[in-house]
This record gives sequence, structure tokens and C-alpha cells, in this order.
Amino acid sequence: MNKAIETTDPADATYGPDHPAPVIEPPRARTGRSPRTSRTNYELYGWVFMRMSGILLVVLVITHLLIQLVLDGGVSKVSFAFVAGRWASPFWQAWDLIMLWLAMLHGGNGLRTIINDYAERDTTRFWLKMLLYTATVFTVLLGTLVIFTFDPNIS
Amino acid sequence: MPAGTLYRGREGMWSWVAHRVTGVTVFFFLFVHVLDTALVRVSPEAYDDTIAVYKTPIVAVMEYGLVAAVLFHALNGLRVIAVDFWARGARYQRQMLWTVVGLWALTMAGAAYPVLGHAFRELFGS
Repeated sequence: MNKAIETTDPADATYGPDHPAPVIEPPRARTGRSPRTSRTNYELYGWVFMRMSGILLVVLVITHLLIQLVLDGGVSKVSFAFVAGRWASPFWQAWDLIMLWLAMLHGGNGLRTIINDYAERDTTRFWLKMLLYTATVFTVLLGTLVIFTFDPNIS
Repeated sequence: MPAGTLYRGREGMWSWVAHRVTGVTVFFFLFVHVLDTALVRVSPEAYDDTIAVYKTPIVAVMEYGLVAAVLFHALNGLRVIAVDFWARGARYQRQMLWTVVGLWALTMAGAAYPVLGHAFRELFGS
């Protein structure tokens, strides 16, 4: 038996045809556990959406915070009458609708990424994402319904 | 640094951590915020009673924290876009982070009185 095979210290080993170096698997090698090759550009579109919506949200949200929390008495002036005054204008209705959709989809996709990163078990990951998608769809639809059906004369 | 970790420390990693933490914070607030606004479809009283909670001093401090999270996420998000699309973005990512932190500190100082002022007056008299 070749004595060199029993050598455990790599510094002592002299590798050759009869004594090959140990194989180190490349870090990104496909294995049985690798997912099948993606055939869509879905993740690319998501990446682009995060950046495009992010730029719009900086403008939409910071203006929203200025109006609601800084100008004209800050949060103290917010009331049903204040909401009714703002949603009397289609401009602010559209503003809030676009902000709602972009923020929920941007946040939903962000949380999807975080779940994919940290939830290692397949079933845990699946159900956390189902919970996320349910909550996101519910919130977007509820908010949209509220903006479109707002009635300033409700009693 | 322990072997076999992807985490590299320093400005790059910690800004990434802060971006995640602030993002999740803002997203959870957004759920609550859509729900409280939906009360305008119930009755003016239901809405005004709930908004009264937002005007208490303790929630004013939380609002200031929310503003802190939104501002950091917004400014650092623009930095992420610069790193991705600007040819020299990666080279200047550290300088851009400290620019973000500086702008964040300035805007937070500016937001302190408008966001916290009413709570201060309520706690310590007019």
C-alpha cells in the first residue's frame, strides 16, 4: 500500500497521477439539491422594479411625510375632515393609489427576498411566502377599495 | 472573521443590514397604516378616535423612529442604485454611505421639532 495516501497533512503530500489531490467541489456546482434552471427573467424584472419603484417612492413618500407630519401643525391636524379635503382632489387620490401599490409591491418583494434568504426549510419558506402574498393582496385591495369608495358624507 | 461566512463586516455589510431592518419596519407599519386609514369607510368617529392614538406622546416618538427608518431606507436606496448603475459607484460606495448618514442626521434634526413638538408641548405644558 502506498504510504503517501495515509498522509493527512497536505504539506507532506506530493500529489501525482497515482496520488491525486482531493477534489474540492466548485462553490456554484449544480448538485441534486440545486433548483432547476430558471427559464424566465422574473428575478431580473423584480430587480429592475425595486430600483424604478424605489426612485418614485422616495418622491411620493417623503412628500407624503412632509404633508402629514411636518407642514401645517404636523399630525395634530389629521382628522376625517382633513382626509375628506385631500381626497376631494383626484390628484391626491391618484397620488395615494400609486403610492399604495408601489409601496406594497416594493415591500412585498423585499420581504420575499428576506424569506428566501433566511427560511431554510422548504415548507417553512413556502408557507411564510403564502402568508406574505395573502396579506399583501388583501392590503392592496382594501386600500384601493377605500380610495375609490370614499364617501365624505358617511355618517 | 470566522471561516466560511459571506458576511464581510464594515460599511458595506452594516448598511445592507440597516437597509433590511428599516425596510421590514416600514413594511409592517404600512399594513397597520392601510388598516387605520380604512376606518374612514366605517365612520368619522372610528377614524378620529384611532388617529387620536397617533397624537399621543409615546406614538409621536415611534413616528420619529418611523421617519428615521423611511429616510435611511430612501437615502441608502438611492446609494444602492448609484452603486448598481454609476460606473464609479462601487469605488465610492463608502463615501456615499457617509454622505447618506450625514444627510440622514441633518433631515432627522430638521424633523425633530415638527414631529415631536406637539408631544413635547403636551408633556411639559405649552
